[in-house]
Amino acid sequence: MQPFTKLTSIAVPLDRANVDTDQIIPKQFLKRIERTGYGEFLFFDWRYKLDVPDSVTPNPEFVMNAPQYKGAEILLADKNFGCGSSREHAAWALSDYGFRAVIAPTFADIFFSNAGKNGIVLARLTDDEVSTLMQRAQTPGYEITVDLEAQTVTDAQGFKASFEIDPFRKECLLNGLDDIGLTLRHSAALDKFEAKHDNEFWSAPKTATA
Amino acid sequence: MPQTMFEKVWNNHLVASPEGEPPLIYIDLQLVHEVTSPQAFDGLRMTGRKLRRPDRHIATVDHNVPTTSAEDRLHIIDQTSAAQVNALRKNCKEFGIEFFDVQDASQGIVHMIGPELGATKPGMTIVCGDSHTSTHGAFGALAFGIGTSEVEHVMATQTLPQSKPKTFRITVDGTLPYGVTAKDIILHIIGIIGTDGATGYAVEYAGSAIRALSMEGRMTVCNMSIEAGARAGMIAPDETTFAYLMGRRFSPKGKAWDEAVAHWKSLPSDEGAVFDRELHINAAEITPTVSWGTSPGMVTSIEGKVPSPDDATNEIDRKGYERALEYMGLKAGTPIEQIAIDRVFLGSCTNGRIEDLRAAAEIVKGRHVAATVSAMVVPGSQAVKKQAEGEGLDKIFKDAGFEWREPGCSMCLGMNPDILSPGERCASTSNRNFEGRQGRGGRTHLVSPQMAAAAAIAGHFTDVRNWPNNGGKN
Ligand code: SF4
Repeated sequence: MQPFTKLTSIAVPLDRANVDTDQIIPKQFLKRIERTGYGEFLFFDWRYKLDVPDSVTPNPEFVMNAPQYKGAEILLADKNFGCGSSREHAAWALSDYGFRAVIAPTFADIFFSNAGKNGIVLARLTDDEVSTLMQRAQTPGYEITVDLEAQTVTDAQGFKASFEIDPFRKECLLNGLDDIGLTLRHSAALDKFEAKHDNEFWSAPKTATA
Repeated sequence: MPQTMFEKVWNNHLVASPEGEPPLIYIDLQLVHEVTSPQAFDGLRMTGRKLRRPDRHIATVDHNVPTTSAEDRLHIIDQTSAAQVNALRKNCKEFGIEFFDVQDASQGIVHMIGPELGATKPGMTIVCGDSHTSTHGAFGALAFGIGTSEVEHVMATQTLPQSKPKTFRITVDGTLPYGVTAKDIILHIIGIIGTDGATGYAVEYAGSAIRALSMEGRMTVCNMSIEAGARAGMIAPDETTFAYLMGRRFSPKGKAWDEAVAHWKSLPSDEGAVFDRELHINAAEITPTVSWGTSPGMVTSIEGKVPSPDDATNEIDRKGYERALEYMGLKAGTPIEQIAIDRVFLGSCTNGRIEDLRAAAEIVKGRHVAATVSAMVVPGSQAVKKQAEGEGLDKIFKDAGFEWREPGCSMCLGMNPDILSPGERCASTSNRNFEGRQGRGGRTHLVSPQMAAAAAIAGHFTDVRNWPNNGGKN
């Protein structure tokens, strides 16, 4: 996982609430067995025109297609971003497209954890702070800075807001740490627990014996 | 100190609580399906890690198997779907996981087969790379959906680092009126608390109306917990639970059964246990509920009308309403009963169980699907299909003009060929009405099986409480 410290980038203002993972990456792209290459399908149904079946003509009305947002690494959205399906493909698609941070008032639970595991920083700001950033992001060339170490979101016009992040998640993101490796540090406790737990037969999925 | 059921199950699975890190909890069972697992198996291979406990994994194929015929399932035409199914076959063999393939008598939607096999039991921790894992909470298990990195984490360690959710008890007391079902309870709840109303919480459903539900009904309620943002939904195990589990393939037998039941009886929340949040609902006030928009919180009563953006209480919701009405092709103020439909989908892990099919069959018996509607029934599992055929339900549906399909997720998310065309309007017993969920441009209305069946016959939504043949079953 790529470490995240500080990022300054233009930001796409996606002024929608409850953006679900079915929108972030529609199901037809979940059939792949790879972990990479999902960026081109990000927000597929919004990004491309619907009138021609299977068309890949960009929809000029979708904000991400505006030339001024080309190369953006920050996404701005309204509340409850990432709700719905648990598909980690949503995080893979955002990251493959180039997004490294999402700023919104709230995020759905499973998405929150999937994003973290893929090095994407999710910054929760207040409704007012997010709408200020949305407004300013209309101006071409406007840039936002997300500083994970300081837990702040700032811009060149004096905007400054802080966000909360679980210290453990922060540590992992800053250092690009792999969760499985971290858990394996607790192997001794795990072995001990498991030996006891295996005797608690109610915990076994398959207890066919008397 | 009195404990909630959630706390008991959580504490029973706490492996370590390291300083400054989320607690590490043990996972009793991981369910695996074709869509969210290939990258996890690959991860194990790439890092040279082993699957720690093959005996605590069960796999099946459900999301992208065709439902048209047994033959079509064996030779999947869509090459990417076929590749995913084959990858799971190979991976299960390589890592030693018990796998229920397309033609197996135990195949079905992953959340259907866990309970059917007796693999899902009270007091367990259960995960799956699928958000509707909350279904298994109906047995008093702590069950939640996870992403693929976490799937790999469980494969490698049989544990997950998890921040502890808060607890939320939703009590539904009273008797459900005639024609009102478990589906209406949960749609009603989401309508009240919103799609992020339970974010960060493990929900326990309690109260006399919940106690009165069958296991099928309880699964329907817990299934949609995630639609309110909840990490998990749980219902205390009781005699209904034990009766359901008795004699199932992976259920304990003999003395072990008695000991298991004794343990299960210790799980319900203690008298006086404190929840972080409580909500009380009167069952008598719930009506048959229909979703009108593109989020499961956008629901109203069958007696209601399509709302206007002006009814929204804030600016964000107002915009959401506008967008939803446009996508759904609906005008504010239209009575729900006047909305005509093109398709009906009866199935999914929300409502693809035997009781759902029985209730719907009771409505359609001796009647015929409207000429303007195409309707299909997709049993959630092979076991349900077989049982329904044994009871003659397939014949009732076919005589009424429904298609009778092979088991799988089907049009719940349309990863297989079962999809809506742009603009088509569907009465669906599934759980998500997101834009494009059932096919790009498709319009989904979430309803109970009875309501879907009645809509199929009438050609538009209709109040099932007025239907003479309705047995009033919940
Ligand atoms: S039936 Fe629908 S909700 Fe259930 S597992 Fe399948 S796709 Fe997911």
